[in-house]
Amino acid sequence: MAIFLDKNSKVIVQGITGREGLFHTQRMLAYGTNIVGGVTPGKGGTHVDGGSASAAASNLPVFNTVKDAVDATGATHTIIFVPPPFAADALYEAHDAGIGLAVAITEGIPAHDMLKVVATTKSMRIIGPNCPGLVSPGKALVGIMPSGVFASGRIGMISRSGTLTYEIVDMLTRAGLGQSTCVGIGGDPIIGTTFVDCLEAFANDPETDAIVVCGEIGGSDEEDAAAFIKAHLPNKPCVAFIGGRSAPKGKRLGHAGAIISGNFGTPESKLAAFAAAGVPVADRPSEIPDLLMSRLAMHA
Amino acid sequence: MEYQGKELFRRVGIPTPRGVHATSAADTVAFVAANPGSWVLKSQVMMGGRGKAGGIKFADDAAAAKPLADELFGKVLKNEQNPDGEEVRSLLVEEKVQIASEAYASITIDRAAKKPVIIVSSQGGMDVEEVAEHHPEAISKFWIDPAIGFQPFEARQLAFAAKLPVGYHKAFPKILAGLYQMFMEYGANLVEINPLVLTASGDVIASDAKVELDDNGIYKHPDLNAWRNDGPADEDQAAAVAIGLGMSNYAKFADESGEAPKTIGTIANGAGLGMGTMDAIKSAGGGAANFLDIGGGAQAELVKNSYNLVTSDPRVKAMFINIFGGITRGDQVALGIVEALKGDDVRKVPLVIRLTGTNAEEGRKILAEAGFFPVETMNEGAAKAVALANGAK
Repeated sequence: MAIFLDKNSKVIVQGITGREGLFHTQRMLAYGTNIVGGVTPGKGGTHVDGGSASAAASNLPVFNTVKDAVDATGATHTIIFVPPPFAADALYEAHDAGIGLAVAITEGIPAHDMLKVVATTKSMRIIGPNCPGLVSPGKALVGIMPSGVFASGRIGMISRSGTLTYEIVDMLTRAGLGQSTCVGIGGDPIIGTTFVDCLEAFANDPETDAIVVCGEIGGSDEEDAAAFIKAHLPNKPCVAFIGGRSAPKGKRLGHAGAIISGNFGTPESKLAAFAAAGVPVADRPSEIPDLLMSRLAMHA
Repeated sequence: MEYQGKELFRRVGIPTPRGVHATSAADTVAFVAANPGSWVLKSQVMMGGRGKAGGIKFADDAAAAKPLADELFGKVLKNEQNPDGEEVRSLLVEEKVQIASEAYASITIDRAAKKPVIIVSSQGGMDVEEVAEHHPEAISKFWIDPAIGFQPFEARQLAFAAKLPVGYHKAFPKILAGLYQMFMEYGANLVEINPLVLTASGDVIASDAKVELDDNGIYKHPDLNAWRNDGPADEDQAAAVAIGLGMSNYAKFADESGEAPKTIGTIANGAGLGMGTMDAIKSAGGGAANFLDIGGGAQAELVKNSYNLVTSDPRVKAMFINIFGGITRGDQVALGIVEALKGDDVRKVPLVIRLTGTNAEEGRKILAEAGFFPVETMNEGAAKAVALANGAK
């Protein structure tokens, strides 16, 4: 198993004929993701070359609407590469067509657009926006992550950041700790799937033995994650990391959500929450593999 | 700024004091001379705490207004949060109101609840976070379902729960309705009235206004975009935008007492890695002078401009570029960096480059031959940069 994504997930790409959309479609297909088509309004009936992963991949159908794509292919997942002004509409369209999980890569979607989307599309899981997507190593990748750093295994990984995830996963893989699923939940203030949602799924996944939570300053998602771990995850070791601990207050660092405002979102509050939940917080990413292994040994 | 927030308040029917936005001392004095009464001269700046910083003055006639206006225009207001200060370029000249009571009302986005939240307090004129800490009973909140929107009962419920004086009750639902309309229409991160004044004559008016707009949504309101540009934007943000980075992809950090001096410039590809890089420098005993997320591709031109931006800070004695080469090839990144920094139009400081990913070994070889210090891990890079900044060879 894995969470949210496996080999059977049928994936479409919204914005497949754009430069980014096509580039990542080819990479996802090369990884083994079951991409069944794409959507670009006005280009329905055409095909794109998704590379040489399979005969089907080299001749992928493009549809005018998500509904057409779902009707023709039975798609369950979508990945969205459309510009910010059209991204909320793309999410509504996916929801309307009955898609179960949507990955929104787009950076720069207005927070108010996302407020309305998450309030009204509850039957669809949204990963992101402003995220690198997710990967169940050895099975499928729906995102823009560099596939080379991942290895299949039994560690679950959740992160608000992209590159920091690759950094940490690279170390896990080198230490022989493969991953069940890695989810980049995104760095925006309003996101569809939170740490807690992912923890809940990992808690129920028999193929995940331990979890890495890679947070950052700002918001209260890490505090909520710590409380959830304390209450619901007594049997799965968790290790945390918090990016931006040396940041001064009031500076927004890259991610729209990464800012300490007043006394909210401080590293102190997050460290205290993880300490109360018995979750060790690594001072540096390089400490994470050892912390995980010692926790796993304690639980064994 | 306040005068812009109040302009939005008036558009949605929230009462504000009578006044004028003055862009010179002469205009200020002329307005007071033409309009007898008691006036408040309020410096229009982005920073909070301007009253304590000496940015608010009172004048009962033109003779009193002149020296005060002359003093305020061009004055640099400073406080603990804003050590660099902010120059006063305009004033809001407003009628002085007789205050019977001060309350607080705001609407912001609750990230965890994923809903707008209305916050009301009977203790206006104070920092709401302080009130929350010391008088939590004076604060009341209501989370709005964006699918339903604001309803007047919410205002009544909040007014009673926060124990607002009776004089507020009649006007309050209309004021909150206007505030919510504005919050939604302009896609704001925050709309705040502090204080919301009950006057001696029984009127309820917004004596101050704070509006924080979402940069991502500003394209929907070109009229507000023009407003935003006429104020002194954050210098860091302006510098980032000038070289083609996102507005929040660069931030410069002030030195802080008790911490290592900020002598190491940083560039990383990705926000999370950028934050991790400054943390790693701190762990290694140094201080990062800045945060800079160069984004995905790390194109030569952007590398050069980013390098020049960071090294324009005279405190920077060494530089740490941290690239996790995911999809991009390490040798290409290395060639780009060498190309970008080979000219004489860059300030030479010891440069440590961490490079991983596809073809990273070839990349590091290229960097070493160009006289830079290539390393393999982030910890190694941070330690090396700290040593070089401290004068090691």
